[in-house]
Amino acid sequence: MFQIVRKQEMARGTIIRFDISAPKIAKKVKAGQFVIIRVNETGERIPLTVADKDSFAGTITLIFQVVGKTTALMRSLNEGDMIRDVVGPLGKTAETEKIGTVIMVGGGTGVAILHHVAKAFKEAGNYVIGIIGAQNKEMLILENEMNHICDELVVTTDDGSYGKQGFVTDPLKKYLEERYDIKLVYAIGPIIMMKNVVKLTKLFDVKTMVSLNPIMIDGTGMCGGCRVKVNNKTQFCCVDGPDFDGFEVDFDELINRNMLYIKEEKDSLLFSIR
Amino acid sequence: MLDHDVKYLKFKTYLNTYCPHCHNSFNVEKKEEKSIDFKAKYKGEEIDLRLSPYLDVFEVETSKSIDKGDSVDDLICPKCHKSLINKNLNCGECGSEVGEVLISAASRLIPFFICTRYGCEWHGLTKRDERHIKLKIPRQEMPEQDQKLRVHNYQEVPYGYTTELALLEAGRCLQCKNPQCVEGCPVNIDIPAFIALIAEERFDDAAKKIKERNVLPAICGRVCPQESQCESKCILGHKDDPVAIGRLERYVADYERKMELVEAPVITKDTGKKIAVVGSGPAGLTVASDMRQLGYGVTVFEALHETGGVLTYGIPEFRLPKSIVQFEINYLKEMGCRIEMNHVIGNVLTIDELLEHFDSVFIGVGAGLPTFMGLEGESLGNLFSANEYLTRMNLMKAYKFPEYDTPMPKANNVVVVGGGNVAMDCARTALRTGSDVTIVYRRSRHELPAREEEVHHAEEEGIKFKLLTNPVRYIGTDHNKVKGVECIKMQLGEPDDSGRRRPVPIEGSNFTVDCDMAIVAIGTGPNPILFSSTPDLKRNKWGYIEVNPQTMETSKDKVYAGGDIVTGSATVIEAMGAGRIAANAMHKKLSGKPKKPKKEPKKAVKVK
Repeated sequence: MFQIVRKQEMARGTIIRFDISAPKIAKKVKAGQFVIIRVNETGERIPLTVADKDSFAGTITLIFQVVGKTTALMRSLNEGDMIRDVVGPLGKTAETEKIGTVIMVGGGTGVAILHHVAKAFKEAGNYVIGIIGAQNKEMLILENEMNHICDELVVTTDDGSYGKQGFVTDPLKKYLEERYDIKLVYAIGPIIMMKNVVKLTKLFDVKTMVSLNPIMIDGTGMCGGCRVKVNNKTQFCCVDGPDFDGFEVDFDELINRNMLYIKEEKDSLLFSIR
Repeated sequence: MLDHDVKYLKFKTYLNTYCPHCHNSFNVEKKEEKSIDFKAKYKGEEIDLRLSPYLDVFEVETSKSIDKGDSVDDLICPKCHKSLINKNLNCGECGSEVGEVLISAASRLIPFFICTRYGCEWHGLTKRDERHIKLKIPRQEMPEQDQKLRVHNYQEVPYGYTTELALLEAGRCLQCKNPQCVEGCPVNIDIPAFIALIAEERFDDAAKKIKERNVLPAICGRVCPQESQCESKCILGHKDDPVAIGRLERYVADYERKMELVEAPVITKDTGKKIAVVGSGPAGLTVASDMRQLGYGVTVFEALHETGGVLTYGIPEFRLPKSIVQFEINYLKEMGCRIEMNHVIGNVLTIDELLEHFDSVFIGVGAGLPTFMGLEGESLGNLFSANEYLTRMNLMKAYKFPEYDTPMPKANNVVVVGGGNVAMDCARTALRTGSDVTIVYRRSRHELPAREEEVHHAEEEGIKFKLLTNPVRYIGTDHNKVKGVECIKMQLGEPDDSGRRRPVPIEGSNFTVDCDMAIVAIGTGPNPILFSSTPDLKRNKWGYIEVNPQTMETSKDKVYAGGDIVTGSATVIEAMGAGRIAANAMHKKLSGKPKKPKKEPKKAVKVK
């Protein structure tokens, strides 16, 4: 059992931040790694990337958007409540050595993970440019934290209610056109965003890492449910990833695979409401 | 009034009795007197003889009084007038001949013997006769759930032996002086000894006898491939069917559990040393139990949220009820083993970190990485690895969706690729969700690697087999879900290295099997998580850990390994055998002296 020590609602309650007491994981987890959680006995196992950690206090931070049954259930939990299982850290660590200038692109809740990776890049001594996006002003998260980490930060919103109006790819294109010293683009967010980022960086031939979020069950390489096609080879996201070279990922297949359980998700949510 | 019964045959349980010649029924149920009527000859005169079962014994009535100590000359079937007397058999005590009739028990006819000496007690038979009778008892089948009903539920299929059936089956064992079955068992259970204890109705002692060598009898009795292990060596098997050792093992373990006779031993020894076990599957549980009994502190690390490894996530409820697995694990806990769930060793703690805290480490993580064939369309929706399908259904209890949150994969037509036990498990699970299931296997039925019983059950339940067939690609719909499997016909060629005949595709014989779900059950490989943090662990060309087969020691000091992570996918009992070897070696190294060998079966001593 793992206790929730802090709960914070962001973006009008659609995005939640939990600090969970898990000392062993907090000691080990590195940027880019994830945990699998199961809220209660009848719950499903869902993967959540660790957004931050405090190894001194023994807590890990999870930030998630309420999208389905399990995340809705998690929103109903409060400080002091218990989560039944937290397994981790899982997946490979993001490679964050010093390489020069990097652009960190994040959209939606992806910013939560991005900020952990960005921090690691900054600590390694890189010049970090951040581009974060959201649907509107309310949905934007962790702007202050990102501002603190990044040497330059651009904020975009789809409706223009805050920052620049447009998608994250617009400022990214500008940077790629203007600066020639960009060594790496790191993108986390909705699959369609990552796909568009990769489409753009391919034109400029800048190495791009993406962090994938396929459907998972056990998260330990056992089920193969999270398989993605990378460089025309089947890879398991939970043990070979979650970070992959964006140029090699078959995004269309990933989109198809992530759509597989939409109906069941709805059924399950309806069942719990009834 | 007679107060003995034949040692191995209990009268009260049998419903019908027949003449061995004409099968005329001496039915005790139909007649209200509840007795069996015979014609008998006594001093040249035909008389009536009536045997009435009274509790466990008989009462004999005759129409003419018989002198004390005398026996009837002949016992005749009233219908066909043939003699029931068996000239070859004698009552062990008084030496008079015995009559023979057939009794139906569990829908099989078995011979039954009646001492013909009136007034003489109902004696046991001589050794020679006993053997003669034993050879006539057929192998007893286990009562099973009806095949039409069971495809709609997830309850266990065989009910297990009743006491009577177990006694009958135990009665078949010849108690060989040089038992081959013991050699066939990877953990060398003293099989004749425990069967003899069953025959004496000392079921709890029989359970203890098994537990000397095997800590998980209820599980092994259900999932071991006995037909290729102990039962393949049984002498009876040469001419007839072998003794059903697995079913007896299961009966004894179930008896002990249901009667609540299981008592975890109180561990008083304390060596002050601690060991870590990685993985709570069969290999790990064996090491944990053995080492705990020797007085070591044991901590078991499990990556998932349930213990038991493949016993929990892999084998379905209808083949191995999860309550049994949990029972065995509770036994370990009561013995004082610590079990840490949700620990992915290699990530949260590395082997090196474990070695800082523990004196020795055993790796029994199994082979859990699913393999695919690399065919076109393998990333389509509704195409699962066997592991994913079984994990969803067993571990996450998807069959209880939406009560449990993990959705149940459901389809009308399911194709399962592969012919092993896992393929059978997937097929039979899918059948229970209401699907039509076809198994596609590239060799013929003879080469199916699954347990014979599983194949038999699968066929009985209506699973179709497309043998000598191999998939070449998966066809998808516009919505990227599977809609068919293109297959090619195969023929068997020359035997390969493993001795099995290699299947060769027949060019141009492609055809399509329509389906809306496919499950790939073609085996597994080693999981890379542990090795990425432990590069100094030597592995073979398939990626499994290399060990010294005598001690299960790895290339890393103080680290042992066993089970599927050493051998690749194998059986539960082989993993337990490896665990036992590792525990012995570990103890030897940690204590500086070899572990006392467990009691060997007593050998007959000749008296001069």
